[in-house]
Amino acid sequence: MRRHVMLIEDEPNITEAIRFLLTRDGWTVDSHSDGTDAVEVVAAAMPDLVILDVMLPGKSGMEILRDLRDRPELSNLPILMLTARGQSRDRDMAENAGVSRFMTKPFSNAEVLDAVRDLAAAAKAAQQDT
Amino acid sequence: MARDTLTGSRIRERRSIAGFRQADLARKVGISASYLNLIEHNRRRIGGKLLVNIADVLGVEPSMLSEGAEAALIATLREAAADAGPVAAETDRAEEFAGRFPGWAEVLAAAHRRIASLERTVETLSDRLAHDPHLAASLHEVLSTAAAIRSTASILAEPGDIEPEWRDRFHRNLNEDSLRLADSSKSLVRYLDETEDGDDRRVAPIEEVEALVAARGYHFPELEAGAEVEAVVDAASELSSWAARHIARGVLSRYATDARSMPATEMTAALAQLGLDPMGLAQRFGVDLQAVFRRLAAMPPAVVGCEVGLVVCDAAGSLLFRKAIRGFPLPRFGAPCPLWPVFAALSRPTVPNLRRVMQQGRDGAEFDCLSLAHPVAPPDFSRDPLYQATMLITPAGSVQSTPDLAPEPVGSTCRVCPRAGCRARREPSILKEGF
Repeated sequence: MRRHVMLIEDEPNITEAIRFLLTRDGWTVDSHSDGTDAVEVVAAAMPDLVILDVMLPGKSGMEILRDLRDRPELSNLPILMLTARGQSRDRDMAENAGVSRFMTKPFSNAEVLDAVRDLAAAAKAAQQDT
Repeated sequence: MARDTLTGSRIRERRSIAGFRQADLARKVGISASYLNLIEHNRRRIGGKLLVNIADVLGVEPSMLSEGAEAALIATLREAAADAGPVAAETDRAEEFAGRFPGWAEVLAAAHRRIASLERTVETLSDRLAHDPHLAASLHEVLSTAAAIRSTASILAEPGDIEPEWRDRFHRNLNEDSLRLADSSKSLVRYLDETEDGDDRRVAPIEEVEALVAARGYHFPELEAGAEVEAVVDAASELSSWAARHIARGVLSRYATDARSMPATEMTAALAQLGLDPMGLAQRFGVDLQAVFRRLAAMPPAVVGCEVGLVVCDAAGSLLFRKAIRGFPLPRFGAPCPLWPVFAALSRPTVPNLRRVMQQGRDGAEFDCLSLAHPVAPPDFSRDPLYQATMLITPAGSVQSTPDLAPEPVGSTCRVCPRAGCRARREPSILKEGF
């Protein structure tokens, strides 16, 4: 079964590149570009992993992250956060809110692929332990 | 040691620079080496012909030996010592140091001036990075586009074939993104260049209005002569948005009203007679004190007798009007220091408030701030009153009959204020935390 990633990103060409990379890596990629209803979209899709941009129209990625973690069924969902803001306080804020991995733009494709694979493997291992 | 007693030290320094031995110089001016030694150790006073002869041999003006380094250099050295914190420099010997080692003293003073300049740059940039929404959005745009280009280019650069449909799409994306990156980079550079030129890009309508009044030196001769506000607004190229023109109408209408109540000629005469006495001027013209504050800020400094600043804020603390005065920085972004007297005035509406404040920073300049919170609409039983506060900022001691007040420390905005243990601090200062 193909693994499912939900990409919340408002930059269409980043979305396209990541979609290509992950599709080629065996993932099913869905994307959404608006922060306003992103939590509901993720909750409805129940993906294996979320890639989340920080600066989104409607609602910031940081708020979306907190809201996702507030939902028990999504509290362990692997979330990779992408941001142009790489300051340590942003990273701290994201980690406090429960991000699984934090990555600053511009990133390399290899970094994104490695992060997605690592997070998926860790989530799978955690599932098997329980 | 007083400056004029250090002539000997300066002779010794200059002699060393010129490469003379004590005995050589003594012989050339016809005195004994031991006498010159006493002179060089400031144990004998020197002047007149001997001083002129020594200066002649050393190839300097006699005043270089008798007056030594400029007072400004010595003041800068003392400032550098004061800013050095716990390092205890021999400030009482600054003149001797400047006299004996003028080159080193100049190096130290230049380094100190450079540090001050860099600190100001850091303050400005930090303030801008922390609070400038335009810059944050521009940087985000540049980085996001760079991320898209990097990702797409990496895919295209990978060995192996990509389906033609994907390849064409990525080529198209690359083209779009490169154009977008070029545009956003140019926009960013233009924005920063404008800032360096001192012609800050206006990101809010109120800033367009501030740019207009600042460009006119806060004085509008056409309004003084009775021109229509609308005509001034229409002619102002600084006002690009509807919102800015709307705000400008309000500001300039108040200006025109103040100018009618306190015509420039009569105001000039009243100032000449009363001096800088806002209360006296309010009585003379039968106007509110805040109108006098505004009018004083609109008059040329030569007429007022000194430079004055003005701040008008609403009850939420937002600055509605700012005229800066040297040494009292008004933040462009972020909330100002809550210790400014204008905010205290809001807690006691209609009660005039005079406070002497000292700005944090290297200059430590003192100012007398005259503030008043005043209602902005007539009383209404059905609504709570709405207040604004106006603060006139004047150099300490320039207002008539000011009592001798102890200065209270204030800052500009927390982020660039170094004051430790401040009860009003909202956020850490970059000057303490490092940049």
